[in-house]
Amino acid sequence: MNDLLLQVAGLRVEFDARVALCDVTFDLFAGETLGLVGESGSGKSTLARAILRLVRPCKGAVVWRGQDLLSCKSAVLRGLRRDMQIVFQDPLASLDPRMTVGESIAEPLRIFEPDLNADARRARVGGMLQKVGLTADMIGSYPHEFSGGQCQRIGIARAMILSPKLLICDEPVSSLDVSIQGQIVNLLLDLQRDAGTAMLFISHNLAVVRHISHRILVMYSGRLVEIAPRDALFAAPIHPYTRALLAAVPSGVPMQRAGPMPPVPLKAFAPRPPGTGCAFRDRCAYALAVCAEIVPPLEETVPGHWAACHRARELVEPV
Amino acid sequence: MPPVLRIVDLTVSFSHPDRTIHAVRQVSLAVAARESVGIVGESGSGKTQVFMAAMGLLAPNARADGHVLFGDDELLGLDAKRMNRIRGSKLSMVFQDPMTSLTPHLKIGTQLAEVLVCHAGKSWHEARIAARRMLERVGVPEPERRLNQYPHELSGGLRQRVMIGISLLCDPMLVIADEPTTALDVTVQAQVIDLLGAMRREVGMAMVLISHDLGVVADLCDRILVMYAGRIVESAGAVELFRQAQHPYTAELLKCIPGLSGPLLERLPTLPGQPPQPGQTIEGCAFAPRCARAAARCRTERPLLEGLGGADAGGHANGGHARRVACHFPLSL
Repeated sequence: MNDLLLQVAGLRVEFDARVALCDVTFDLFAGETLGLVGESGSGKSTLARAILRLVRPCKGAVVWRGQDLLSCKSAVLRGLRRDMQIVFQDPLASLDPRMTVGESIAEPLRIFEPDLNADARRARVGGMLQKVGLTADMIGSYPHEFSGGQCQRIGIARAMILSPKLLICDEPVSSLDVSIQGQIVNLLLDLQRDAGTAMLFISHNLAVVRHISHRILVMYSGRLVEIAPRDALFAAPIHPYTRALLAAVPSGVPMQRAGPMPPVPLKAFAPRPPGTGCAFRDRCAYALAVCAEIVPPLEETVPGHWAACHRARELVEPV
Repeated sequence: MPPVLRIVDLTVSFSHPDRTIHAVRQVSLAVAARESVGIVGESGSGKTQVFMAAMGLLAPNARADGHVLFGDDELLGLDAKRMNRIRGSKLSMVFQDPMTSLTPHLKIGTQLAEVLVCHAGKSWHEARIAARRMLERVGVPEPERRLNQYPHELSGGLRQRVMIGISLLCDPMLVIADEPTTALDVTVQAQVIDLLGAMRREVGMAMVLISHDLGVVADLCDRILVMYAGRIVESAGAVELFRQAQHPYTAELLKCIPGLSGPLLERLPTLPGQPPQPGQTIEGCAFAPRCARAAARCRTERPLLEGLGGADAGGHANGGHARRVACHFPLSL
C-alpha cells in the first residue's frame, strides 16, 4: 500500500470570497480506503469536487501520480479522469432520466474506449450490471423504474466500468434504508477488492466509516482537524470535535447514548475569516485564549495520528 | 386512562388507473397519554402513510378505511373545518425536511404566531410574544432576531427546532414526528433528540416517532412497533425489543446497525432480498421470501399479530401493552 496515488497539498477553495476549504493536505495510497467525516457545510463534498477539478481551487496542489491536476490542460485532465470516478449521494438525481440504464453505464466506454463495437460494449455493460447485483435484461430500463438502492447500484456500475484507480463516494448510502446500506457498502468493497481501487468515502455515518476505512480524515469548517488510522481514531480520538462527533452517535441501546451529550452550544454554522483562530473554539470545552488567536496547525501528535488542536498533546489518551 | 390515539383496522390504498396499491393493511395501534412510541420500517413499509391518514394528509388518489380515534373524535372522514381545529393544535406533526415544511416566503415569527392566531384566538401581538418564548424554550439562540428571519437564513438544525416549536405551541396531546432527524448531522441529531425528549417530559405530550433508524428510536421511545409491507409485525417495549427481537425481520434490522464499538467486520451485515413491490399480491407472510426460518406454512398462511402469551408477555411492565409478534415461529420459541 505504499504506492502513492494522490497528494493533496495546501488546497484552498473560495466561493465568492467565502472560504470553503483551507489548507487541506493529505496523501492517498493505491488501494487505500480513506474515510472523510464532518458535518454539513464542513467542505467534504467541496474537497471531493476540488480533487476532480469540478470546482477550481485558488491555491494548493492536487498531484495525481506525479502530475499536477490543477495546472494540467483540460485535454490531459480528461484523459486522467478515466481513472478517477465519483458516486454521488442522490442516486436518482445523478442519472439522466432520459437515458436508459444501459446508455448511462455505457457512456464512459463510449468516451474512453471508442473502438469498442456495439456488441462488445453491450456485453461489458451487461456484465457490469450483474457485478452490481442487477440483471443484464435491465439494460433498456429507465432510472425511474428502479428503487433508490438499485439506482445507486447503477451509479456504481457507471463509475466502476472503467476499473478506475480512485473512486470517490460522496455519501453513497445516506439516502438509503439501513437494510440497503450494508448491501451497497459490501458491493463497493467487493468491487474495490477486485479492481484494486482506492476509495475516498465521504459519510456522516461514523459506524459505516469505521468498518470500511483504513484511515479517517475529520473535517471541520473547511479544514482537516484530525487524520488517524481507523482504530486509533475510534479508540483514542484527539480533537475535541472528533470526540463530540463520536459521542453524538445514537447508541442503539434504549435510553442510553454512548457518551454524555457533547458540550456543543447552538451556534449557527458561520465560516470565519481565515487567520482568526480555531473555528471550533466557541463550541469547544477545552478552548484557551490562544485558540482565538492562532489557527492550530495539523501536527503529528502521535506517530501516524495528526490533530489540529493547541491542546492535542494533553488530549492524547495515555496508552 | 383511555389512549390519546387509537387506530383500528386501518387500511390505506392508492388507486392507479390499472390497479390498486395497498400501502397499509389492517393496522391497529394505540398511543397512551405521555407515551412515546417508535414506528420503524423500511421505505415503503407504510409507516408514514398510517399517520398521514390519521392527519388527513393523504394524497388525493388515496383511500383510508378503518378507524382513527383521537380522544372521542373519529378523524377518518372528518370535515375539513373540524379537522383543521384539531390538526396543528391538539394533534401536530413534525416532518422530515425542515426546509420544505416551512413556508419559504414567510418570516419565522409569522409562521409561529399564525398557529396561535388561528387555533388559540390570540392577537398577533400576543402570539408574537408567545412565539418568542417558544423559540427560547426549544433552544433557538437570539430568538428576537430569528423571528424576523426567513427559513433560508437558518441552518437545518435550527429550522427543525422551529418546526418542533410550531408543533408545541398549542400544548398538543400528541406530536407525530416523521424522521425528524434524518436530514440532520449527527451532532445536530443528538441535540434534536434531546430536545424532543426534554419537551415530552416538560409538556407531558405523547409522541409518535417514525424512523428507519433504530438507534434514534432506541434513544427516545418507550415502545416500538416494527412495520413490514404495510403491516405491524412486532410490538414491544424498547428495552425488550433490543434485548430479544421476536420477529426475524426485527432481528435482521437490529443486526444491520454497524456498531461504533465491538469487532470490526469484513462485510457489513445485510438483509438479503427486497421488500415486496407495492401492489404485489402477498400470500402468507410478506417476509417469508427473505426469511431464513421460513417454513411451508409461512408461504401460505399469514401470521396474525398476537401476544406471545404466558406470564412473561410483559403486559404490566409495558403500560398494558402486551408484547406481540406476527410470526409463526417467533425467535424465542
